[in-house]
Amino acid sequence: MLIIEKTKCKACGYCVSACPKEALFLGDEVNEKGYKAVAVDPEKCVECGTCYTVCPDTVFTIKEA
Amino acid sequence: MAAERKAPSTIYGVNSFCPGCGHGIVIRLIAEVVEEMGLAENAIGVLAVGCSCLTNRYLALDLMQAAHGRAAASAGAIKRCRPEKLIFTYQGDGDAASIGIAETLYSAQRNEGFTQIIVNNGVYGMTGGQMSPTTLVGQKTTTSVQGRDPEVMGMPLKISELISSFDVAYLARGSVHNAASIRKTKKYIQKAFETQMNQGGYTCVEVISPCPTNWHLTPLQAVDRIEKEVLAYYPLGEFCEGGVR
Amino acid sequence: MKKLMKGNNALAEAAILAGCRFFAGYPITPQTEILEYLAKHLPKRGGHFVQTESELAGINMVMGAAATGFRAMTSSAGPGFSLKQEGISYLCSMELPAVIVDVMRYGIGLGNIVLGQGDYFQAVKGGGHGGYKVPVYAPSSVQENVDYITMAFDTAEAYRTPVILLSDGAIGQMAESVELPEAKEHDPDKYDWTLKGRDAAHPTGRKMTDRIYYDFAYSEYDPHIRERYSKMEEELQMWEEIELADAEVVLVSYGISSRVCKEAVKLARKKGWKAGMIRPITLWPFPRKAFEKTNKMAKAYLSVEMNACGQMVEDVALYGRSVPVYSYPSGRVIADPEVILQKIEGIFQGTEKEVF
Repeated sequence: MLIIEKTKCKACGYCVSACPKEALFLGDEVNEKGYKAVAVDPEKCVECGTCYTVCPDTVFTIKEA
Repeated sequence: MAAERKAPSTIYGVNSFCPGCGHGIVIRLIAEVVEEMGLAENAIGVLAVGCSCLTNRYLALDLMQAAHGRAAASAGAIKRCRPEKLIFTYQGDGDAASIGIAETLYSAQRNEGFTQIIVNNGVYGMTGGQMSPTTLVGQKTTTSVQGRDPEVMGMPLKISELISSFDVAYLARGSVHNAASIRKTKKYIQKAFETQMNQGGYTCVEVISPCPTNWHLTPLQAVDRIEKEVLAYYPLGEFCEGGVR
Repeated sequence: MKKLMKGNNALAEAAILAGCRFFAGYPITPQTEILEYLAKHLPKRGGHFVQTESELAGINMVMGAAATGFRAMTSSAGPGFSLKQEGISYLCSMELPAVIVDVMRYGIGLGNIVLGQGDYFQAVKGGGHGGYKVPVYAPSSVQENVDYITMAFDTAEAYRTPVILLSDGAIGQMAESVELPEAKEHDPDKYDWTLKGRDAAHPTGRKMTDRIYYDFAYSEYDPHIRERYSKMEEELQMWEEIELADAEVVLVSYGISSRVCKEAVKLARKKGWKAGMIRPITLWPFPRKAFEKTNKMAKAYLSVEMNACGQMVEDVALYGRSVPVYSYPSGRVIADPEVILQKIEGIFQGTEKEVF
């Protein structure tokens, strides 16, 4: 399961660009820092961890379901 | 089956770097390697002056902030006094390759036993994007207004190549501009730390890193620039193998 | 048992005996023997000796060693001491104990390798940025080189501050008989604040940086600094008094110059003149308490020091309050007792011109 800590997100877009399944997108929801935080389409996510790797802000956690 | 991924507990709070800044990735890689090696209670970092010092409030290790350019000198002394600990510096290119180039090169020359991490983002970040030793030819900054002109400002400085003239224990240049490079850079940091703890001697990893704010690019344009422009001048790879002296 | 030793060598040996196990420095006359002595002896006695690429690297290595709790020292002179200033300011901001030796020489810029007392301002008034204060001990003999270096390490730790030992080329180069103290063992782990790897008491690690960032609320920092320096100012003053009880002309002198002044006081007394002397042992804090006593009866202060224009004389004027202050900067040569006598006579006769 992909967990997103939206409060940490600065909307750099690295994860959106790197995601091999195009499962990530910058949502409409603005976090407390004022960024449109990243969101996931769980149907598309394969939990490969690429988003975790490229994220400068430790937004992502992948937990075994 | 997906592998679990979780930020290392050695990272705490929320970092105060700009969106898309590579520092967050490099620090996470250091934290991952330190934890995987089981050294969180036995590691001491020496931070520089500049954006790198924001690490103080982000990385849960014993940390010292050295004077500008002098982290390598202080870290060399710490390693001599505490040889059983993992000692590393965390510096920008302005700190390590400009004002601190003497301390950097003489640490390599004396084979001081710490690991020097040099984040090369081609500008002075914290002071607002001035030309640094690694600013590329033609790159506009607040102090190379028409772009770096090698006729009067000289060519960008290759710190790893300079270090490689000494018989050091490990030296590599990585990057954090895409997932594959990030994974490789983590291996470099791991090799550097393992070499330090097992064989000893000077180890260094230079990391090419984006500074979207001072490059006046979006984060995605910034990593694209690294791929297309920066790596042509600063090729990635290991300069010497870890553990072989 | 007493031994005949050169000042610089005795200082270096005393540093080892005081538990100093880390030295980093760079050659410069007239302090180089300290470097050479420690290169030879420190590694044999379990210490680290590093000849650095510059004085900057030297003081910054000392900073690293001090952060781990080691007793650490660097030494230099004149131009090299200038390069130490950045590091001294940082040591002050981090409140790290370390000892910096300046074997003073003469002159501005490159100046000259001959003996002198050229660095009073730089040592005493905060040669680096920010307005810090550093305890400064001024030895006037080889024995005092030994005694004060031991004291410097103890003071540095007691107050968590860098300490300067302001020697000079004469004391560094002369040989005298000295009594060395017993060797002390220093435990670098005895303080909680030293870098040793995070632990349960410091779950996010120790943050060794300017203490303004982590250890004080915004409004607490200035009061902390004021209290810190007031406490040192009150507690650390040291001086030597000579014939002060009824003195009318009080010489003020430190280091090598004070030895000549002592002789001059004797000669003046033989002539029936009421001369005395305050010898500051700590230059910061300046011995205010000594002046508070003598200000009541002294008719004049005569400041004697070995530089071109006088430096300490400004502090003599500051602490001497309304007592007239005369100056004898002897320049590139050690003060001449005959000139001192002429000046004392001139002061009594009203022909000598006061400077403050």
